[in-house]
Order: sequence, then C-alpha cells, then structure tokens
Amino acid sequence: MKKLLTTAASIALVSALSISAVAADKLKVGFIYIGPPGDFGWTYQHDQGRQAIDARLGDHAETVFVENVPEGPDAERTITRLARQGAGLIFTTSFGYMDPTLNVAAKFPDVKFEHATGYKRTDNVSTYGARFYEGRYVIGQIAAKMSKSGVAGYIGSFPIPEVVRGINAFLLGAQTVNPDFKLKVVWANSWFDPGREADAAKVLISQGADIITQHTDSTAAVQVAEAQGVYAFGQASDMAAFAPNALLTSIIDNWADYYVDRTQAVLDGSWVSTDTFGGMDANMVQMGPFVNMPADVKAMAETTTAAITSGELHPFAGPVYKQDGSLAAAEGEVVDLGTLLGMDWYVKGVDDQL
Amino acid sequence: MSPYEAILLTIITASTPLLLAAIGELVVERSGVLNLGIEGMMVMGAVCGFAAAHVTGSAWLGVIAATFAGIATSLLFGLLTQTLMTNQVATGLAITLLGLGLSGLIGSGFVGLPGVKLANVSIPWLSDLPYVGRLIFGQDPLVYVSIALTAAVAYTLNHTRMGLIIRAVGQNHASAHALGYRVVAVRYACIAFGGATSGLAGAYLSLVYTPQWIENMTAGRGWIALALVVFSTWLPGRLAAGAYLFGGVWILGLYAQGMGVGIPSQLLSSLPYVATILALVIISTNRRLSLINTPASLGQGFVPDR
Repeated sequence: MKKLLTTAASIALVSALSISAVAADKLKVGFIYIGPPGDFGWTYQHDQGRQAIDARLGDHAETVFVENVPEGPDAERTITRLARQGAGLIFTTSFGYMDPTLNVAAKFPDVKFEHATGYKRTDNVSTYGARFYEGRYVIGQIAAKMSKSGVAGYIGSFPIPEVVRGINAFLLGAQTVNPDFKLKVVWANSWFDPGREADAAKVLISQGADIITQHTDSTAAVQVAEAQGVYAFGQASDMAAFAPNALLTSIIDNWADYYVDRTQAVLDGSWVSTDTFGGMDANMVQMGPFVNMPADVKAMAETTTAAITSGELHPFAGPVYKQDGSLAAAEGEVVDLGTLLGMDWYVKGVDDQL
Repeated sequence: MSPYEAILLTIITASTPLLLAAIGELVVERSGVLNLGIEGMMVMGAVCGFAAAHVTGSAWLGVIAATFAGIATSLLFGLLTQTLMTNQVATGLAITLLGLGLSGLIGSGFVGLPGVKLANVSIPWLSDLPYVGRLIFGQDPLVYVSIALTAAVAYTLNHTRMGLIIRAVGQNHASAHALGYRVVAVRYACIAFGGATSGLAGAYLSLVYTPQWIENMTAGRGWIALALVVFSTWLPGRLAAGAYLFGGVWILGLYAQGMGVGIPSQLLSSLPYVATILALVIISTNRRLSLINTPASLGQGFVPDR
C-alpha cells in the first residue's frame, strides 16, 4: 500500500515538474532520489551535487529531481517519464535502480544515464561510485582507539556489496589498532526509517557496543548515541550538528565535482560510458573534522587519511582473511577491484553471518 | 541498566506510536468510518509538534499542537466524507498523500534543527526501584497516556451509553438514525478523536522516539496501525496486545541480529508481519466472534433522509 502511494506521489510530482519545464535549448538533467533531500545523509549530498550543476552550469543546463522513488518497477516508470520529458542526462542515485535504469536506457538510446554504485554498463549507461570504504577504514581505526568495551555496533541497510565492503573495511581498520576488536551488525532492511535506525542503535548499545556507526541514511542513530553517551560517526554528510558530543567525524560524499564534469561532458558532446570509482584521491570521499578525541588519535586518523589519499595505504591490503579463515589476499597483495565490487563475504572477526 | 530492561524499554518505545494511532482508528471504525489517512494525520502531528516545541521550547506545547494538527487534518477528512459524501477509501488515501506533502512543506525550515525531547516521568524513590522502577514508573508521559486511552476506550465502548451509541451508529446507521441519534455528528466526533490520537502518535515520533523532524519520518507506521485495528477485531484489549506483540517481535528481531544468531536478517525483519498474520488467522477461526465486533456499516456513507 505504501509503495502504491509513493508511486502515486512520484507520478504526481513528475507531472507537476513537466509543467514547469521550459527553455528547451538548455540541457535538462534529471535526478531520481531514494529518499527526501532533507535526510541530511545520502540524498542530501546528491542534492548538493545537483545544486552545484545549477550554480556552475546554470546558463546551459537545468535540473529536475524526483524524490522518494522506491526501488523496483516504480523507479522504471519514473525514469521513463523523465526521459520522455526530454532530459538529456539522468542520474539514478541508488543501487536498486540498476535494472530499471538499464531497461529505460535501452528504450532511449539518445539519453545518457548515470547509475550510482552499480556495476552494469551499456553504451549510454555509465556507473559511478565512491570508495567510501576508505573512510570506513579511518573511522574503524578511530573506533578501536576510542572504544572502552572493544565492541562497535554497525547498522546496515541491505546486505549488498557496497555495505559489506564498508563493514569489512571498518573492521580491518579497527584490527590494526586492536586485533581482538568485535563488531556487531544489525540490518535495518531499509535505507530510511529513522525509528528503526534508532531502535537498532539502542539494541546495539544495550549489547555492549560503545561505538555506533551506520550505513543508513538518516541521523537517528547518531542522535541515540548522543543521548546515551556513546560515540558515533556521520555517514554521507557531516552530521556534527545532531551530536555535538558524540560525533567523532563523518564520511562525506562529494558528488558535486563529478556531476558538474559529467554534465559538461554532455554539453561538449564528449560524454562516453565509463565506470568511475573515485576515492579520497579524487576528492569524492572526504573526512569531516576529527573532534571529541585526544590529539594522538586525531594525528593517527590524519596520517591514515593522508596515506590513503596518496595511495600509499590500501584498506584491503593483505593479509586479509575471510570469516571462515581462508585467505582472501596474501601478504603483499591487495584484494582486487572485481572482488571488492562484488564483495559477498565478511572478514574474520565480524559477529554476523551473511 | 540490565540488558533485559533495555530491551523492554525499547519495545515500549517502538509499540507506543502504533498503539496511539490505532486506538483512535478503532473508535473511528467502530462508528462505521474507514479512515485510511492515519499516516497523513500522524505525519502532520509530527511536523506541527516538532515545530511548536522548537519555537516555544516546550515539549508539552508541541504535544498539544500535534493533537490539534491531527484533529484539523481529520476534520478535513470528515468534511469530505461525511458532509460532501466522497468515497472514504479514496479520501483517506488522499489525506495520506496530502499529509506527507504538506508536512514536508511545513517542515522544510525545521530540517536538521535540534529537537526538544519530552522528559521522562521521574517519581522520587519509585523510579529508582531496581528492575521495575524505570519500566513502570519512569517512562515518558505519552506511554501512560496511550495505556490510559486504551482503558478509557474499552470502558466507554462497552459500559457507557456513549459507547452504545457509537457502536449502534457503526453497526446500522439507518436504525441509529431512526432512533433519533445524529449519525453524522457522532461520526464527526469519532473522526476528530482518531485525528487527535494520530496526532499524538506523530508527536511521539518527533518528540520522544527520534526528537527531530525528518520528512516522511512516519515510514509506514500509520499503515501498520491500520492493520492492527483489523487484527484486534476492533477490541481495545487485543489492540494493545497486538501493538506490543508487533513492537516486541520487531525489537527482538534486531536483538537477535546483534547477538549474531545467524538467521537471515530479511527473515527477522518480516517476523513482526508473520507473527501478526498468524495471530490474525488464529483469531479469525472463531468466525462468530469476529463478526460480532465487525462494524456492519464500515466504510458506508450516510445521508439522512429528511
């Protein structure tokens, strides 16, 4: 029922947008969001990127967006509507839009598509993602230094490679400081349900976790951490305002430069289907200020961030052991990109099963 | 605080908004009206409650504002369905859409602002009792409100003249009208009561559960409340049991994940729904009992013949 409503809402919204669409000579850039831009997390950062297009290329391009689009068939309808309305470039900003994006792209060969965090490409579908796991490695190290109980709680959304990769990177970072560090994982099975995210945080804290981190889109978990006096990390966006005493740092997604570059490429006619997987080196992943921690922990975090940015340190550098004890990457090797993108196993030490 | 206490506290927090929204809808449906706009009324309560609390600095004023926001939204539903005789199902859906959209508009200036949390009750000595102190004497006030409302609704429906009239209107509005009861007025009052409790449920989300305003923060709880009313076969006691069953299974599912029991999380997430459906099936095996409480005029409009 809820899905039906959201669909109706998105269709209504698209219809409303089509009325306001004027100035046919400008390139129209469409965005599909999984949540509301006001989530102060994932969608908020994508919307910042969209606004950057308006600000920097406003003379040649205009943007439209549809928020709260559920993953699945509803997404396909919404993307089709955007394409029919003459959008020349469409960003679909959630993993679950992968097949809908490809289906629509096959019907509109002249429209360029950009799908976030996916792995399927065609001539007019690019994929892009960011190496958030680099940030996860840094916060894992901080967590292990700051935790008294030696247990962290991790709130996941869905067990997809992107999230599993983050969990593994977090624990690998933590294990460089404390080899016995424990990680409890709770899946919210939703990207955006503040109540459920808060429940998960409370449950994890009651089970002994004194560090909370999350791969969901709202600020609820961070606020629970603030209320209960444990530490937390911001996800996707700087969440310091929501937990001034609990927040240690945030992993910030920076899509603005990428979105502006790709829009410019369409304007120039130089757009080609590519796969972008940028990290700290490409400034797509940024760390928020390191606060609420002693100077030595801050120095360690800064050193690690610098080492990852320069490429000197790779979070998945061997030896990396899988949960079952088998070797995923030997000493001197690095887990290869294909394995990272399709990661469906935990590293040793995760207290959960996939 | 022991882990068992923490679990029970979390279960109560998860269940209370469901109970609040559902107890009002139960009265509405008992009077023969099907209001599918719970989600919309809840989210309006959440945003107005947050806004009022943020502006005035008083969580209680927020609660009052949320209640009135819920009533105002429900009266719009009442005007459309009772006076203008629109289809109740379609109007309810429209109210939900309107609420979700309008609340986003009202709340756009309040996103990311610090919230005011409704303080927990603290009774000297009693609240500090081991094990039961915080559980029984240290909750936030709305928990007690939700339980008191459930008891009051149960008593009113079964033991008072007012309850009898509400049930008569819901069972057979033509007969109730022939007996001289003002069917539409009774239904308006019930709809407003439903709006008030939905508004309270919204306030619970934005002032207690997660003290902040986030667009769409009800995340489908209104629909769960609606299902709970049917699940309870329109009986307040069962409704409370159902709300706590749903909240309990929900939280225990999260808890089991944190323990690393190795059950797939997708299965655990579906457990509250499975448990509710199972309970529903078991209850409806007694067909006669279910039929007795089902309001016979549910969802039908009433035009008095003059």
